[in-house]
Amino acid sequence: MPVYYERRQLVTPGDLLAENDYFAGENTHKENGKIYATRVGLVNYAEKRVYVVALKSFYVPMVGDTVIGKVEEVTLGGWVIDIKAPHLAMLRASDALERPFKPQKDDLPSLFDVGDMVIAKIVAYDRTRDPQLTILERGLGKITRGQILEITPTKIPRVIGKQGSMISMLKQETGCQIEIGQNGRILVNGKTPEDERLGVMAIRKIEQEAHTTGLTDRVTEMLRKEKGEKEVVKSDAKETRKTD
Amino acid sequence: MTQKKPEKLIDENDVRIDGRKLKDLRPTKIEVGVLGNADGSAYIEQGKNKILAGVYGPKEAHPKHLALPDRAALRCRYHMAPFSVDERKSPAPSRRELELSKVIREALEPSVFTEYYPRTSIDLFIEVLQADGGTRCAGISVASVALADAGIPMRDLVCACAAGKVEGRLVLDLSDYEDKGGDADLPLAYMSTVNAVTLLQMDGILSGEEFEQAVKMAVEGCKQINQIQKEALRAKYSVAKEAETEKEAEAGEE
Repeated sequence: MPVYYERRQLVTPGDLLAENDYFAGENTHKENGKIYATRVGLVNYAEKRVYVVALKSFYVPMVGDTVIGKVEEVTLGGWVIDIKAPHLAMLRASDALERPFKPQKDDLPSLFDVGDMVIAKIVAYDRTRDPQLTILERGLGKITRGQILEITPTKIPRVIGKQGSMISMLKQETGCQIEIGQNGRILVNGKTPEDERLGVMAIRKIEQEAHTTGLTDRVTEMLRKEKGEKEVVKSDAKETRKTD
Repeated sequence: MTQKKPEKLIDENDVRIDGRKLKDLRPTKIEVGVLGNADGSAYIEQGKNKILAGVYGPKEAHPKHLALPDRAALRCRYHMAPFSVDERKSPAPSRRELELSKVIREALEPSVFTEYYPRTSIDLFIEVLQADGGTRCAGISVASVALADAGIPMRDLVCACAAGKVEGRLVLDLSDYEDKGGDADLPLAYMSTVNAVTLLQMDGILSGEEFEQAVKMAVEGCKQINQIQKEALRAKYSVAKEAETEKEAEAGEE
């Protein structure tokens, strides 16, 4: 079972990763019993599987994914939505209303207009069909407030963390509501602009350092430090006012 | 601009007019991710050649009738800037540029898994800023790196290099001057993992034996280019990695 790289080593397309007994995992392909990388990324060997964690990629829709999209067009029976994927997604009016859609009565632009941001779920997608969305579930629908930031979709798992450890820590430390779209868009919704700033800062840090270990701890530390400094400044301000 | 032709392109010590040996490449440098707005990009300097490549996609094909039902359409535009040559070149695409666009597309297409993304298009732009012979080869090499930077899955990087005959001698990677004063030019694009040639052209006259030798030389040149491509890709991403380890070291000292 020859293996040609160490774990977490940087590989480029066409690099020979392993031979024979391994299975080809994500971002690899097998030809004549040899496994090659197909993207730039960090190679990993699980028991019998070789895979590459891509460092840069684009979003490929998957049924069941929650995504954040932007309304591109209002059509007769629904909306065309850009979900940053190779194809535009469709949201039909019947997947947005909780009753049958009546074209004479229902005014679609008043629900979502061009430029609106929507959290939606992918219900259908394959090689022959464009992705289909729905918003008839809890937590889905139009985004009315907060900030949206974009990162490479391959780094989304890092923002979520193992069993959601990173994301629950972020929510707790910043006090923000954070909604993650698998397509690389993240909604940060805080009570104050300061909370949002912290949330955005933390996610940017995760994006930059996605390929390193012990990240959750470092982000926690950074957030606590930031918050601590702010409070010191606040209390300082109070004291100075008193002395005045 | 009429330069006096030197007596010899290769002197008695086998040194070429730019000081290279017969089997030397020109000094080559590739940089990755130089354009902020493109999904992937790269820049190459090979001798006096300066070429930029940008990649967009895969994305919805526009106009729609160009979309293919079973795979992504790879669209390629090779273009020379008006200031890329001695005498101003008209910016309109010439017959030569259209042909090179097609040839480059066909050289790169076998490396890309276009079948993964049906009904989409991948747009590739190659802009020659300064030309000094062998731009199609440098264009292919840099375009392949730009595709990898865009995160498009690929079988292998495609590398390209020319060999040719100058004053009866076989040489590698001809410059513009050698190309014009030489006897033959043979550009070749190559994928090393599958040992496949994706582009092979020739102009001029070579004997059967010389042809075989020239192909072998060009393949060796391609392998050198391939190393440069890989290093360029690694360099872009290891910068982030190094900064990280430095930070960790500092944190440890605290």
